Amino acid sequence: MVVAAAREIHDGEVVFVGMRLPLLGFGLAKATHAPNAVGLFENGVIRDRPAEAFIYTMGDPPNIVGAIACLGLNDVMSLLQQGRVDVGFIGGAEIDPKGNLNTTRTSGGGSLVRLPGSGGGGDIASLAGRTVLIMEHEPRRFRERVDYITSPGHFPGRRRGGPATLITTLGVFDLSRGLVRATSVHPGVTPAQVRDATGFAITIDDSVPPTTPPSTDELAYIRHADPEGFWTGDRTKGE
Amino acid sequence: MHEIIRQRRKDLTLIGPISDMAFDQLIAAGSVAKVIAAWVGNVAGGSGYGFRRAYEQGQPRRLVMEDHSNFTVGLGLKAAAMGLPYLPTFTGLGGDIVRGHPRIRPIEDPFGGPGLFAVGSIKPDVAIVHVQRSDASGNAHLWGNLGLTVEAAYAARRTIVVCEEIVPDDVIRSDPNRTMIPGFLVSAVVEEPGGALPSSVQGYWRRDFETFLRYHGLSKTPDGYQSWLKEWVLDLPDRPAYLRHMGDAAVERLRVGDRRLAAAANFAP
Repeated sequence: MVVAAAREIHDGEVVFVGMRLPLLGFGLAKATHAPNAVGLFENGVIRDRPAEAFIYTMGDPPNIVGAIACLGLNDVMSLLQQGRVDVGFIGGAEIDPKGNLNTTRTSGGGSLVRLPGSGGGGDIASLAGRTVLIMEHEPRRFRERVDYITSPGHFPGRRRGGPATLITTLGVFDLSRGLVRATSVHPGVTPAQVRDATGFAITIDDSVPPTTPPSTDELAYIRHADPEGFWTGDRTKGE
Repeated sequence: MHEIIRQRRKDLTLIGPISDMAFDQLIAAGSVAKVIAAWVGNVAGGSGYGFRRAYEQGQPRRLVMEDHSNFTVGLGLKAAAMGLPYLPTFTGLGGDIVRGHPRIRPIEDPFGGPGLFAVGSIKPDVAIVHVQRSDASGNAHLWGNLGLTVEAAYAARRTIVVCEEIVPDDVIRSDPNRTMIPGFLVSAVVEEPGGALPSSVQGYWRRDFETFLRYHGLSKTPDGYQSWLKEWVLDLPDRPAYLRHMGDAAVERLRVGDRRLAAAANFAP
């Protein structure tokens, strides 16, 4: 997932880097195919180099040292609102076919569950040039309608951006045309598995290609930047 | 923050964009009636279990949640900091945060552009900010992570500056561009090294990852939370005792020993 996220960043782009997995994805893109990308972090940090060591959060000291600027939250959000950000990353707990994400609250499992909330997700969804969504791929998370739209997907009257790509634990999907179409499935995953794990109808051909596995360079960076597998091992599953 | 719990303060409203375990501890302690925030949880771990118990089950007490995005918290504080009733924004269109929100309303652009939202000001009674250094008058230098620290300090009726060290005022005057909070806004200055732990303070403290993860694990159950509360808050009188309880080895592992100094800036007239 980290590798697929990194590949969504094109060289030279301005990236709004979200919490958690994208922290590593941005560093990976910088270290491999997108050396000229610039990262904006919602705590106000602007970097054009990967963090100097492993980070759990964007506020960790290795993400501050060597930054090109440490501004405030409103400053980077203003740049986002102005239209200066090409691509932003958002994680979701639930998604619907329009790419609406819910990270606020759900009764989908029968009882009320409170999720952490928007963070910057709602802002990135509203204001970035395009968004890349990141999800655990489970039927209960892929819903015909989400209980609460924290981060809006495609809707009539949208002024800019919208979901372009969805990356899940099973594959990569195109969302740019307002419907979910598989563009690749991760190695070892079958189209039937994807259909079974998706709580709504999606477009997936039986001939969908496998996601290109991580290259030697990509793996080398991940092992360097996440040596204990906090983001890329089993530890984050189920959160 | 732990002292607020020890003093058994009740009915607080917490304001912040993304809180880490600080909000969760206060909520689980029963100190909080309302939260105005964009994200409440444990940043590295995910869920804030104390927050969830309060919101889902009303335990230990019912919690009123005013949901925001980061930018709307920032704009609300900025509006208060600017002495304005609201600030306009495009964020939120098409989503549920702005729907029926007590502090966010759709407005027209008086210049004929597309419609937008007004985010009403958020004016805290008190802002507590942690900075690297301050003089005795509260003129505060901070660097690294700013987030909404400056807006909060400007917006609040009273601002408490907690610093790693109180320095002579000529240190502050040597680099006035780094003074993010002018002292006349500050009600109190507290010298409390390590006061922000387990969070990091650039140049002073690394992030205490293990504490965040341990709290995340323990706070899954009310009993686990209570054992945390007793050991790390109620049984300790103050912050120096917290550092002693961590043990010298743990404290020294987190204390930043190396130096990566900024280049000097020449202010000669």
